[in-house]
Amino acid sequence: MKTILKCHRIIGGYGEGEALISHEPICFYLTDPKTGIVREKTHELAGQNISNKVLVFPSGKASSVVQIDGLFKLASHNLAPKAMIVKDVETVLIVSAFMAKVPLVDRLEKDPFKVIGTGDMVRVDADNGAVTVERHGLQHSHAKASHYTAQSF
Amino acid sequence: MVNKSLHLAREEEQMLNGEFGAGAQKAMELLVAIGDAYDAEKMIPISRAHAASSGQEGDLYFVELLADGGAKCRVPTSTNPVYDIKYFHRLFDVPKDEAEVARKVMEAYKRVGAILSWSCVPYLSENIPLYGEHVAFSESSATPYVNSVIGAYTNREAAQSALAAGIIGKTPKYGLHIKENRKGTTLIDVSASLRDEFDYTLLGHYVGKTVGYGIPVLAGIRKPPTTEELINFCAMSNTSGAISMFHFPGYTVEASTVKEAFQGDVPKEKITVTDKELRGVYEELQTTSEKADFVQLGCPHYTLKQIGKVAELLNGRKIREDCPLWVCTSATAKLLADKSGYTRTIEKAGGHVVVDTCIDEPCWAAYKQKVGMTDSPKGAYYRRFKEARVARLQECVEAAVNGKER
Repeated sequence: MKTILKCHRIIGGYGEGEALISHEPICFYLTDPKTGIVREKTHELAGQNISNKVLVFPSGKASSVVQIDGLFKLASHNLAPKAMIVKDVETVLIVSAFMAKVPLVDRLEKDPFKVIGTGDMVRVDADNGAVTVERHGLQHSHAKASHYTAQSF
Repeated sequence: MVNKSLHLAREEEQMLNGEFGAGAQKAMELLVAIGDAYDAEKMIPISRAHAASSGQEGDLYFVELLADGGAKCRVPTSTNPVYDIKYFHRLFDVPKDEAEVARKVMEAYKRVGAILSWSCVPYLSENIPLYGEHVAFSESSATPYVNSVIGAYTNREAAQSALAAGIIGKTPKYGLHIKENRKGTTLIDVSASLRDEFDYTLLGHYVGKTVGYGIPVLAGIRKPPTTEELINFCAMSNTSGAISMFHFPGYTVEASTVKEAFQGDVPKEKITVTDKELRGVYEELQTTSEKADFVQLGCPHYTLKQIGKVAELLNGRKIREDCPLWVCTSATAKLLADKSGYTRTIEKAGGHVVVDTCIDEPCWAAYKQKVGMTDSPKGAYYRRFKEARVARLQECVEAAVNGKER
């Protein structure tokens, strides 16, 4: 099933990839700049790789210098996320995405944590304010039902 | 959702279209993205900016992009410390590639016409906002200090957004540029004794950690805080949390009463801070009880008064060779410390007084595996050394002289 959702562009561009959901805020400085693996031991994504994913998370965290440097280093190794969907933005996250040239959107017309699951194929067209979700993800709470109703458009 | 809320004036449009050069265009693009994100309706002029330059790769990328694109600061824009390359290279081996980044960053800020203050407390001497001015100040102590103590208006900027605002001379109107957004969110009842500036670092640490993101209103403070106490509170609360503004009713400028600080709202949350909480913070900060290998002071940069205190404590004494003592400060404070004889006293005792330098820079690589002692929890948090001991200035100095704290 494919769903198209309106969103609010913050940093323009287009990015597509597999969705990775984090219910916790993210500090990019705490990922390995040479692999993209989250090394913050207590984080729910600890040990997972954020590179080339469409990252869905509530907000950024940590000081401006480390946050910006963290995402910038990932981007300079071509390991940044393909796009980012967030619930709350703040200036530091905007600057981070701007510098790393990663499309960033918020205000999805539906709660992104309800309509996107880890493993879904997601296309973020920030310039046109649209997010397309193809459900594949097993961790998605409604994923099972969507296989049966299988209504595509 | 198409973003249409931000209305740009003709010159702003021209900047965005590149008519004022590629550097100004890049700066404008960033400001427009921020304005869009916050649904700002317009840009407003700012009188000054402070860029929290850092000597990191990301920092270098952006400032070089602007400098190469011919951008120049339209309003006074000061810079944060990187490190005194000449001084450190005489004493240590600093990794070559990292030293090169630092050199290029400092060069690029010069090219964009910034005030080369290399200080994290520019609001004391090199770039001082006035009450009611709209500005763009990044850096942990600078943002809350200019908002709360001075009563200027700034958001919690990143180095790049502050620099972009300095280049354009404007910032999008959102957040703390709007009076209603400057009211308190959390009431903090302070009954801790707050004996000195060190206690204010502990208070700041606790408030930042507990409130996280918000505007705390601290009631019950009995004695007017000093400049240094306020600096420490700012630096810590905006490191352990994201505190861009606070009110000490009766002492800070925008509220003389708790009621005024909340602009008539009822506080949503109330927290009490006693000596017990501060003791808890103090204990949590110590990562070791081992003997210190070096002492690092001046995060944030020490004021002239603080350097004077170090000189007084070291007068006629000798620092152990196995525990070097460092004082980081601004070039302006150092100049006066030289004239006042403080630098000579400290150097005679074997200490270093360095300018342009932040504790979070590659110049400290020699201490990577060492135990550092500091009076700054912020310095310990960003530490470039293995283990941290955090204590009052007097104890730090005693550790450097005697190897004992008291």
